Amino acid sequence: MSIKDLFNKKRKYATIPSERPKREIPEGLMHKCPLCGTIQFTKELDKNFKVCTACGYHFKLNAVERIQMTMDEGRFFEYDADLMSEDPLGFPDYVAKYNKAVESTGMNDAVITGEGTIGGFPVVVAVMSFDFMGGTLGSVVGEKVTRAIEIAMQKQYPLIIFSTSGGARMQESILSLMQMAKTSAALHKFAEREGLFISVITDPTFGGVTASYAMLGDIIIAEPGAAFGFTGRRVIEQTIRQKLPENFQTSEFNLKHGQVDKVVHRKEIRNTLIKLLEMHTVKGANVHGG
Amino acid sequence: MAGELPFEQPLIELRGKIDELRKFSADKQIDFSEEIARLEQRYQQLEEELYSQMTTPQKIQLARHPQRPTTLDYIQHIFTDFIELHGDRLYGDDLAIVGGLAKLNGVPVTVVGHQKGKDTKDNIARNFGMPHPEGFRKGLRLMRQANKFRRPIITFIDTPGAYPGNAAEERGQGEAIARNLMEMAGFRVPIICVVIGEGGSGGALALGVGNRVLMLENAIYSVSSPEAAASILYKDASRNIDAAEAMKITANHIHSLGVVDEIISEPRGGAHRNLAGQSEEIKQKLWTHLQELLSMTENELIEDRYAKFRKIGRFTYIREGNYA
Repeated sequence: MSIKDLFNKKRKYATIPSERPKREIPEGLMHKCPLCGTIQFTKELDKNFKVCTACGYHFKLNAVERIQMTMDEGRFFEYDADLMSEDPLGFPDYVAKYNKAVESTGMNDAVITGEGTIGGFPVVVAVMSFDFMGGTLGSVVGEKVTRAIEIAMQKQYPLIIFSTSGGARMQESILSLMQMAKTSAALHKFAEREGLFISVITDPTFGGVTASYAMLGDIIIAEPGAAFGFTGRRVIEQTIRQKLPENFQTSEFNLKHGQVDKVVHRKEIRNTLIKLLEMHTVKGANVHGG
Repeated sequence: MAGELPFEQPLIELRGKIDELRKFSADKQIDFSEEIARLEQRYQQLEEELYSQMTTPQKIQLARHPQRPTTLDYIQHIFTDFIELHGDRLYGDDLAIVGGLAKLNGVPVTVVGHQKGKDTKDNIARNFGMPHPEGFRKGLRLMRQANKFRRPIITFIDTPGAYPGNAAEERGQGEAIARNLMEMAGFRVPIICVVIGEGGSGGALALGVGNRVLMLENAIYSVSSPEAAASILYKDASRNIDAAEAMKITANHIHSLGVVDEIISEPRGGAHRNLAGQSEEIKQKLWTHLQELLSMTENELIEDRYAKFRKIGRFTYIREGNYA
């Protein structure tokens, strides 16, 4: 028994089985790496945390896969699963696109929030999914993330957000923009109460998510090779009329420019989180000052 | 009149005809007063028609009008004793954002705003009002000062967006905007924001987390510029009008979505037609709102601001059997 176990808040969780399959993973036997072209068995790839065995390329994970990989025994108590988007502006094709995304992902919007334990430490977690409309930040994502922050504040749990997003959801226009202010304001309250917020940035993360919660972590971790920034490469190239270097806006580029604390291989993310959580728990200096 | 927009052409033509007839009448000593009166009446009518039902593209043109009053114009007309302060103390002085100390009816305040240029040279120096991280950080530095010395904060929003450049990315454009949003939420002083022209994306919002957000009648406020939105949505930047219409970026829409608290009316034809009058109008609104806010405690101010943004967003709940 180690020291850290003394300080652990052991909690029992009700695991609520989902009522429908969260997602239909295509039953492909083999997968081809988009970076190096190596073809590998899906089984092998899954065992390797969906990281290419040849070149280390990190395949995109959806929210469910991320939760399974991160939480103790993959257990998770989900919050606000019943929130769904509206079409507040009557934006052409929004409803159709949204419904298609619901159908193809089994999710109700681009983020899953909830709580569970990581290495025995209770945490509130929000995980974004790029496969739902490019992980765009709309009213539902903003509301769920804000509620998650508020719950973390009430329960005095650390907060971990895994980001991946193409940016704001154009179809919700100004309401989407305002979710940046809403989530950032909630994070301000959380910070005032000395809550620990770890932001994990995954491929790709841009726009409104970068310019709000993703960059507001006390500690910011990025997965190797993840593209992230505010403006996308294509737009910048058009603006400055220059080709940008291959590594522009990668995690490693951002590390070099002081934008993240650490680039961590997917295999090591869970352990890194456990270490960080433990650091914030020992010596009675609990995440909220005990 | 100067700086007319294409949609105002019929008015200019009619004005020309009236002037011509006046001159002819004077030269030839023929009485056309009845005709002139009729034409003047027609002019009033046409003006009413044109300006009372402006379309989104027309409003965009007005919001981006080269003569549209800028932050510094309003500072000069609304406040006294303005002392401009420069630099973010970290990297440089971004001229796309200006700020400093000033007095509003004798009350010391901190003013910060995006600044577009007045001509090409000025626009290049000010990067067309598109800030780099150092601009947002300058703004934040001045607002922190205001918070320290308990001065109210007034911001003016007028930017196409944060600058999309590689240097901006390297210096943390996303972080700079995010930090402003987070810290503005926590200041214990009144914050009033006025969208005076273009409110473009995160670059606009970075000065926009206020207790009150006001918006000029012909200003626009959107999640991204209509051009950028078109290139994202339709992969075609020339469909900016479609994108602008769909995004509902004009003041009345933004107001009805609960994002701005009050619309400030503009003179017929836009703010640039009467800078002094427009400034007076803004000043009065600022003063009214400031009086209200000054009666709140520090804690109430923070909670008021939080509540304002907390409730923005539209969503629904799944009911039984509502699975898509």
